[in-house]
Amino acid sequence: MKPFAFERARDVDHALSLAAASPGARFLAGGTNLLDLMKLEIEQPARLIDVGRLPLAEIAETAAGGLRIGALATNTAVASDPRVRSRYPALARAILAGGSVQLRNKATVGGNLMQRTRCPYFMDAAKPCNKRLPGSGCSAMEGLSRSLALFGASEMCVAVSPSDMSVALAAFDAVAETVRADGSVRRRPVETLHRLPGEAPQVDTDLAPDELVLAVELPPPPPGPQAWRKVRARASYTGAIASVAVAGDRVALGAVAARPWRARLAEAALADGASAAEAAAAELAHAEGPEGRRSLVRRITADAIREAREGAAS
Amino acid sequence: MSTVRDWAAPNPVTENRSGLIGKSVDRYEGRLKVTGTAPYAFEVETPSQPLYGHIVSATIARGRITSIDVSQAAAAPGVVLAWSHLNVPTQAQRGAKLNPRSQRGSNPTLASDRVEHYGQSVAFILADTPENARAAGGLVRVAYAAEDADLDFLSSLDLAGPAPGEEDARVGDFEAGYSASEVTVDDTWFSPLQNHAQMEPCATTAWWEGDKVVVHTSIQMVKGGQHALAETLGIPSDRVRLFTRYIGGGFGGKGQSYDDLTLAALAARESGQPVRVAYTRQQMFQATIHRPAVQMRVRLGADRTGRLNAMALEAVTHCARNAPFVEHAANFARNLYAAPHRLTGHRLVRLDIPHAGAMRAPGEAPGMLSLECAMDELAETLGLDPIELRIRNEPEVDPDNAKPFSVRQLVRCMREGAQQFGWDRRNPTPGAVRDGRWYVGMGMATAIRGNFLLPAKAGLRLTGDGLATLTQGMTDIGTGTYTILAQITGETLGLPLDQVRVELGDSDMPPAPGSGGQFGAATAGSAAFETGMVMRRRLAELAAGDPRSPLYGEDPTLMDFANGNIVLGNRSESLAALAARAGPDGVYVEGGISPAADARDWSQHTYGAQFAEVGVDSVTGEVRLRRMFGVFAAGRILNAKLAKSQITGGMIWGVGAALTESNAVDPRYGSFLHQDLGGYLAPVHADIVNLDAVLLDEADDKANPMGIKGVGELGICGAGAAIANAVYNACGVRLRDYPLTPDKVMAALEAKGL
Ligand SMILES: Cc1cc2nc3c(=O)[nH]c(=O)nc-3n(C[C@H](O)[C@H](O)[C@H](O)COP(=O)(O)OP(=O)(O)OC[C@H]3O[C@@H](n4cnc5c(N)ncnc54)[C@H](O)[C@@H]3O)c2cc1C
Ligand code: SF4
Repeated sequence: MKPFAFERARDVDHALSLAAASPGARFLAGGTNLLDLMKLEIEQPARLIDVGRLPLAEIAETAAGGLRIGALATNTAVASDPRVRSRYPALARAILAGGSVQLRNKATVGGNLMQRTRCPYFMDAAKPCNKRLPGSGCSAMEGLSRSLALFGASEMCVAVSPSDMSVALAAFDAVAETVRADGSVRRRPVETLHRLPGEAPQVDTDLAPDELVLAVELPPPPPGPQAWRKVRARASYTGAIASVAVAGDRVALGAVAARPWRARLAEAALADGASAAEAAAAELAHAEGPEGRRSLVRRITADAIREAREGAAS
Repeated sequence: MSTVRDWAAPNPVTENRSGLIGKSVDRYEGRLKVTGTAPYAFEVETPSQPLYGHIVSATIARGRITSIDVSQAAAAPGVVLAWSHLNVPTQAQRGAKLNPRSQRGSNPTLASDRVEHYGQSVAFILADTPENARAAGGLVRVAYAAEDADLDFLSSLDLAGPAPGEEDARVGDFEAGYSASEVTVDDTWFSPLQNHAQMEPCATTAWWEGDKVVVHTSIQMVKGGQHALAETLGIPSDRVRLFTRYIGGGFGGKGQSYDDLTLAALAARESGQPVRVAYTRQQMFQATIHRPAVQMRVRLGADRTGRLNAMALEAVTHCARNAPFVEHAANFARNLYAAPHRLTGHRLVRLDIPHAGAMRAPGEAPGMLSLECAMDELAETLGLDPIELRIRNEPEVDPDNAKPFSVRQLVRCMREGAQQFGWDRRNPTPGAVRDGRWYVGMGMATAIRGNFLLPAKAGLRLTGDGLATLTQGMTDIGTGTYTILAQITGETLGLPLDQVRVELGDSDMPPAPGSGGQFGAATAGSAAFETGMVMRRRLAELAAGDPRSPLYGEDPTLMDFANGNIVLGNRSESLAALAARAGPDGVYVEGGISPAADARDWSQHTYGAQFAEVGVDSVTGEVRLRRMFGVFAAGRILNAKLAKSQITGGMIWGVGAALTESNAVDPRYGSFLHQDLGGYLAPVHADIVNLDAVLLDEADDKANPMGIKGVGELGICGAGAAIANAVYNACGVRLRDYPLTPDKVMAALEAKGL
């Protein structure tokens, strides 16, 4: 771990001005991702700005009938909130499928959104990785890890976003609200908060270094049942091989791209009256990567849509 | 030398009059551990402010360091010293032994410019804080000349050669027997490389007292560690005092010492301050031993009634080029089922990867994943129940060597297990049972694991306050050694448990071989028992010869021990009083155990039957354990709770082996794909919903004076095979490539059109 300066932000403005004044600074929330990466010298911030105690943990009703979830609400708090559980059950289930109880008690909504990929070569500083060291090459492309992107990958990077929560958020058309030191507030769909790797996989998002996530806003849930499915070898404490969230007529896929992947082609097919299997096939027709993985995603997508439509319990 | 007949006579442990033997006594050190106050090696108090070491690891698999520059690191904040092979203090040559009786030779670190595996130590930083040491480690500049390396096991099978010093074991004429058989099975299984994944990393705290070094380290073998360090430093072993009192998991991975021990001792000498060194989580994967991958071909030949005529298990495995080790995956098959024509053996591929070594139930753990599934296949081919098939092949004597069994309750394990598990509810047709999205199936397998007794000693002191203190250079790797030694000592001396102390893990104490191969309890326990018997004789003689004793002049051989007293008829005296009169230090005796001269005349094993019910997700191929149950026979049980923890813990290891655990060597770099506990998938609580085990009443009077055997490894044996057989029963998918991860299961389901 490289030496770094540590500062606890007194309030949001303080956090933002610190960030603006110190290039290479990072916000520290629960620390469950950032500190691990710092120990491995994958993240080497010169300064940590601890935002963990800022009063941004509230979960509140919005005028539009949705929920506004503060960026510092813990994953546990969100998943156990009665309003989330009754109106956005796919979100509660997605969060509960992530990490372990201990991690969820520490992990925050902002940190979960902004967590970095768990590509094993990204997490090993001794290996070539374009995301970590631009131009060094991509070890995953010909490597042993199997969780590679099926959608939106580039020649430079095939890593996937590991966040389960954001898959459900994308299915609910959630919006992330941010603020910068100059006071500008922006609202971006969670779906497109993360960039696709393109030529610059080292840039995860469009957020400026002094841009702080304040909250995530959920519109009212779409009508219709919801479903959530996460595939993994062990029953807990591991990332998804693939996941899918269904909310009404919307479908989002997880661990298949650098961002939560809204299956717009599947949604369009459903709107045209396609069956669950046809809708899944329509989306996967445009996937790249190993047949086994595409097949798995096709199967769980069809199954989750079917389950939501039938309103059947799994 | 004693014979097993000497052991058959009743003794305090087998009579168990105060009932301490078998009792579910809480852990002796449990309170310290759950309150976080048990000092592990990295945490022990030091005589003065300690410094912290960090090891820098090689990032190539094989080759030479062409240049290494530690100057920047040496100049970094807080750094006290920075070493590479160019400036590390002198150590003895690899393998050298100053003392020919040392159990281990020298194991120098940073010894040369050669790199033999990815993750090997190439530099060492000592600093005032762990953070400064680690940060400075990142400033070491290394250039390598990499050389071609053999890294991938499966593509190197053609390099396999005979295991050194071993020949195939043949009984009868396997080839003839096999080709003459009416029904045959011939399949190949693969068990991948696995890591120990202990919670506590390898760690050492060291300081010097004059020309003696004191080390607290996390190691399973006290003498092995002491001798390895002494030989490496080139000093007599009595100048190394090694402590290993609490160990946060070993599983065989800490059967040897690593560079943390050597570097902590060297750096403490150089700096004149205490030094702490721990491996990082990544180094635990990359720079300690692992269980090698094994490819196993099994051939079974039987007649139509299911009687085996021929069986073969041929295993190919790997080890590091310069560190021979054989995962004896075929050995267990020699003693399990009757068949007149038999062949078992091992071939070895040498790779340029970290050292392969012993991991919990070496041999059986991967080995039983093949044969026990082959038996399931044979049963299906014959239309026989898998238990019935095994019963039909139950041998009268050991099929390998015709020796009688000391005791063998394998059939009873299967029968009782079947009944308690509800085996009769199993539908033998694969894929016949559905529960919503899930295919549901049941499987079983047997378990067998050898039993061993090694020489060991112990010391026992009785003091005037009535306390008995057992001392032994033994380890408790979390299995409960402290506790069972207290129980044995208490029962032997007729003392309540609160008057017994146990002190372990100190090289100055009478030696015991440590924890491994499930020999720990039998070996250390027997030594403690024999020492207790020496103490009884000494106390009886003291009483008989002491005019102040109410037992003065009586026959010491008639005296008995109960409730803290020495007793004869209606006269008695407290042990405390007797010890107080013996002198200020009370009474101290030593005793020991060694294997009986004729112990090898019997075939001695522990046995079990494993039952599993799984669900297979019909969409995703995910396999989830629904319940698991095992019945085991492993001699007299010293502590029911601890034994069950060991057995069920072993079964959980089997769940991991069957479903999730594997690592892979990246053929481009020589490194492991998974380097932390988030990526290496050992089972977690959510994987283990309903898992239980029962131990049968048993005493093996050929094993040792107490009739006990090991339980630490038996639980793994066959556990994974029972799960794989359940997967087949659930969905008709027979996978022979462990672990049975969702990708493989789903692909197989798709291949069946499901
Ligand atoms: C072993 C393991 C298994 C895991 N498994 C899963 C899993 O299955 N599914 C899953 O979804 N996740 C998983 N995780 C990841 C876990 O969810 C994340 O680590 C966690 O959500 C991050 O939240 P945090 O508050 O701790 O973030 P931190 O570690 O504090 O921060 C993470 C990043 O977000 C930035 N950040 C934090 N808050 C803000 C903010 N308000 N505005 C702008 N930037 C911010 C930080 O600067 C940093 O770059 C796993 C983690 C581990 C260690
Ligand atoms: S996939 Fe992306 S993160 Fe992984 S090694 Fe390649 S460039 Fe790095």
